[in-house]
Amino acid sequence: MNDYQMMVDAYKKAGGEDIFSDSNTAHMVLEQDNVLGKHEVEGLKMDAEKNDKNTVDLKLQVKEGYKIKNPVHMCFGVLPKEGLQKIVMNVFLGEDAEIEVMSDCVFPNAVQVRHQMEADIHLSKNSNYRYIENHFHGKTGGVTVVAKANIEMEEYSELYTLFTLRKGRVGKIEFDYEAELDKNAKVEMLTRISGYADDLIKIKEIAHLNGQNARGILDSKIAIKDEARADVYNELTASAPDAKGHVDCTEIIKDNAVAKAIPVVEVKHPEAKVTHEAAIGSIDSDQLQTLMARGLDEEEASDLIIQGLLKG
Amino acid sequence: MDEILKIEELNLVLDKESILCNISLNIKKGEVFAVIGPNGCGKSSLAYSLMGLKGYKQKSGAIYYKDEEISNLTVTERARKGMTLAWQEPARFEGVTVKEFLSIGAQSRGNNIKQKDLEWALKEVAIIPQKYLSRNVDETLSGGERKRIELASILLMKPDLVILDEPDSGVDVVALNNIGNIIKDFKEENIGVLLITHSDEMLKLADKAALICGGEVFNVGDPKEVSEYFKYECMPCEDHNPVEHQEVLLNE
Ligand SMILES: Nc1ncnc2c1ncn2[C@@H]1O[C@H](COP(=O)(O)OP(=O)(O)OP(=O)(O)O)[C@@H](O)[C@H]1O
Ligand SMILES: [Mg+2]
Repeated sequence: MNDYQMMVDAYKKAGGEDIFSDSNTAHMVLEQDNVLGKHEVEGLKMDAEKNDKNTVDLKLQVKEGYKIKNPVHMCFGVLPKEGLQKIVMNVFLGEDAEIEVMSDCVFPNAVQVRHQMEADIHLSKNSNYRYIENHFHGKTGGVTVVAKANIEMEEYSELYTLFTLRKGRVGKIEFDYEAELDKNAKVEMLTRISGYADDLIKIKEIAHLNGQNARGILDSKIAIKDEARADVYNELTASAPDAKGHVDCTEIIKDNAVAKAIPVVEVKHPEAKVTHEAAIGSIDSDQLQTLMARGLDEEEASDLIIQGLLKG
Repeated sequence: MDEILKIEELNLVLDKESILCNISLNIKKGEVFAVIGPNGCGKSSLAYSLMGLKGYKQKSGAIYYKDEEISNLTVTERARKGMTLAWQEPARFEGVTVKEFLSIGAQSRGNNIKQKDLEWALKEVAIIPQKYLSRNVDETLSGGERKRIELASILLMKPDLVILDEPDSGVDVVALNNIGNIIKDFKEENIGVLLITHSDEMLKLADKAALICGGEVFNVGDPKEVSEYFKYECMPCEDHNPVEHQEVLLNE
């Protein structure tokens, strides 16, 4: 079996759908620093180039005015127990362009794997970028994910990101995202992670609502147990009239897990408004007991509640 | 008729305060047993104590369900034996669909349910299945809708004893009618019903009623008589402390 097939199989086994044979759907498959497969569609250009050892330069461009119909599938992975995957990603959406990227990261056998992503994202006027990232990790916790993104958003552009850990242990996750928004631009960043054992989750998300009527939502939902730890730092600044934003952080803890939430909101214009909500605690006992009164045991009940929370 | 639930001399203390005092009641299979009484008299606390909720374990006394003393069983164990409770104010669940929620109780009791069963249960509580099955049981549902959905989940569970804590409060007249019919169905299926209520309409469905005041049972018997006693003979009393209440009674 060749590497491409192994990667696609690992992806499917992890729960991904088979989209790699569909000619209307663009895709890119990367195992460590090897581009195993690539398919483009009209209006979309994807270039992957290995420069340094273990580093891939990835460029994704959507031409002005093109609305890519089917979500583009990107599959990143490291199949062996050990390895480094370093990606420098450049995303450029032309004016009025639209794209959804489903990015799946698969590290099924990780004992000591590091996946590092540095992204520069530029959204031109009135463009729309949806980035859905799903992670499928192994059970050993041997993955370190470090993601950094600088995001520039021109007027009327929209960005939606959703990060979900679908399977396995976190290992270590470290995010550092920062977005600058011009007038009428809109950003929504959602993170859904559950961690256990000695997992470590560090999230830093910052959005600056610089333009009039810019909108920002930073929303993290995290459930941790055992000795896991989560630090969430969300910063939202608003400095123009009618700029509005909301920071929402919910963390559920069990056992010896420790969660920290630091919402920072800064408003520099009297007609701007930013709100925040942070709740850290154990699972609501009314919810638990309702499900227990239907016959679920405590473990089953808390799983269901956490699954629900992370879906929402 | 056999007894499904026997409560003997139940005493409950919360936060050093006596909440229930020497409660003794018997509920038979297929019997609708109403519990009435003023706000704060301990009706919900009794329900929680019977269901075994955290923090509501009795200080003394015994609870027999199907002739087994269940005081040391967990909520889950009680539920799996066929006991369940519908809350006065049902909890909300983010990200859990009505469909998932309805299936839980049925599955834990080993009842295999299909789509048509889910639809049936919702129709029983006057809810249109197509509109609701994929919605979440969260704050986007109204309080009355959540209560009806909780009742539907209990229907699918096929319990042997249900404790309904004010199933009528906050629901509209149409649903009220349906809830009445459900209680009648429970009775027909030989299910024991402990019905906590403030409504005369609901009380009409009861075979027997108990009046609780200040954590004590004051009167047990025919629902109409008990209700009239409550309405016309009961003085609003300043002191709701059941222990002192009892002292007054003893002195009399
Ligand atoms: N955890 C608790 N700690 C202390 N006191 C409590 C606790 N829970 C309930 N109580 C008190 O116990 C009494 C009985 O409350 P309960 O909720 O059982 O009343 P109820 O009869 O159901 O009233 P309602 O008709 O308003 O529903 C009240 O005075 C209440 O304040
Ligand atoms: Mg009550």
